[in-house]
Amino acid sequence: MAYFDYASSSPVDRRVVEAMLPYMTDHFGNPSSVHSFGFKAREAIEEAREKVLQLIGGNGDLVFTSGATEANNLALIGYAMRNSKKGRHILISSVEHMSVINPAKYLQKQGFEVEFIPVNGFGEVKLDFIEEKLREDTILVSVQHANSEIGTIQPLDAVSEILEKSDAVLHVDATASVGKIDVSKLNAELITISSNDIYGPKGVGALFIAENVRIQPLILGGGQEKGLRSGTENVPAIVGFGKAAEITSKEWKDDSERIKKLRDRIIENALKIEDSYLNGHPERRLPNNVNIRFSYIEGESIVLSLDMNGIQASTGSACSSKTLQPSHVLMACGLKHEEAHGSLLLTLGKYNTDEDVDKLLEVLPGIIERLRSMSPLYRR
Amino acid sequence: MYSDKVFEHFQNPRNVGKIEDADGVGTVGNPVCGDLMTIYIKVKDGRIEDIKFQTFGCAAAIATSSMATEMAKGKTIEEALQITRDAVAEALGGLPKQKMHCSNLAADALRRAIVDYFRKNGNFDKIKELGLERELEKMEKGEMDDHGEYCEA
Ligand code: FES
Repeated sequence: MAYFDYASSSPVDRRVVEAMLPYMTDHFGNPSSVHSFGFKAREAIEEAREKVLQLIGGNGDLVFTSGATEANNLALIGYAMRNSKKGRHILISSVEHMSVINPAKYLQKQGFEVEFIPVNGFGEVKLDFIEEKLREDTILVSVQHANSEIGTIQPLDAVSEILEKSDAVLHVDATASVGKIDVSKLNAELITISSNDIYGPKGVGALFIAENVRIQPLILGGGQEKGLRSGTENVPAIVGFGKAAEITSKEWKDDSERIKKLRDRIIENALKIEDSYLNGHPERRLPNNVNIRFSYIEGESIVLSLDMNGIQASTGSACSSKTLQPSHVLMACGLKHEEAHGSLLLTLGKYNTDEDVDKLLEVLPGIIERLRSMSPLYRR
Repeated sequence: MYSDKVFEHFQNPRNVGKIEDADGVGTVGNPVCGDLMTIYIKVKDGRIEDIKFQTFGCAAAIATSSMATEMAKGKTIEEALQITRDAVAEALGGLPKQKMHCSNLAADALRRAIVDYFRKNGNFDKIKELGLERELEKMEKGEMDDHGEYCEA
């Protein structure tokens, strides 16, 4: 097996599993209980919070959520609803994850004015657009740290600089970048991260909220998580998230350097196949991301063929999604439909080896050739 | 998501390729939508003697093309016209709902190849007799396909 789909899901680090286990069996208390079992759980949550905060170098608060999707929803809807008196204008990049785009569209229906920031061919947000559209009543700007699909890292320093003159807060979805590049210096009021992207368990994520930033909760109940996210905390998952953050803080640099070499070897060799192109930015991209477009064929066929060879990958192809719409990210980068169809997405992780890459590079050219030989578009 | 049959036909598609001196050629789909199929037929004594396909599309698209050509091979023109999209999907052990339209165009491509065959022979009466005027009209106009609900490109 050679797994190259880390952006969809990653295994949990064994050290993380070890850390979680006692919180499922022995220390099972409800963190809200006023007795020693409760105290033990409460303590564990606060410890995890510290570790996650350290990873993102944030000065402020952190709310644990059920994952990045909820954190993004909370950031957008929670902030907009609470601050609607200040203004109702919002800017979000057009290559955001659906868990940002859909809340933004929801806000649109609630009467907010949402504008989508276009990107250039590499998927980088157009800074002059932000500069031009920024108004007195702009309350929120949402630009991801890096794109999970094409790997492009956004020019966030430049974005923050533009925002300095305004009262708008910046939300950064760092789900794709955490653990791969430095997330400790993000200059943002709201930051989303998730646990599974750093080899922690699924079902837990967090929203960082800078000091003096107020948001409205989306889930009401017993008032857990400072009233911002009710519901009994998922203690084992949060503990695991904390442990994963601790490990990531120490190890991400070395891991990334190693992964980057594997990535470069894949890109270099895959591009030797004729009529293949790299999607996303050639340099300013995540060290674990490969996204290559092969003309005349369709992504799902490539992914299934790879799977038959024991290699797992992904695609931005329409035909693999429920709606059959091609990836909005590739389309935003200016690709035509038929171009977006043939994209292959490989996301690497810390358990990938040189052998995995060998295996991939051995079968890939043959797969592309086979599919092209069936394609009516490929006439040579 | 896919049946074993679909996987099998995707992995070992039958009748892939092109017939250079085909008696009829039918193309449907749209690369914008992510699918494009061409079917080539050779006809002898009213029977489909040889048939080949080329497909740009997902695994289901390739498998349906393969299955449709297999079902049509050796059949008379009239019999081949009875091959519906549903029949192809059924023979494959079913297809995911959202894939029905986009992928399962092979039966349509086959119909068009048949129309093209009659057209090439100037046999327009037969087109009428078999109720294929609508196809002919679309082909003359260069219309590729009626897009379904999942194919709003
Ligand atoms: S070719 Fe588009 S769904 Fe199969």
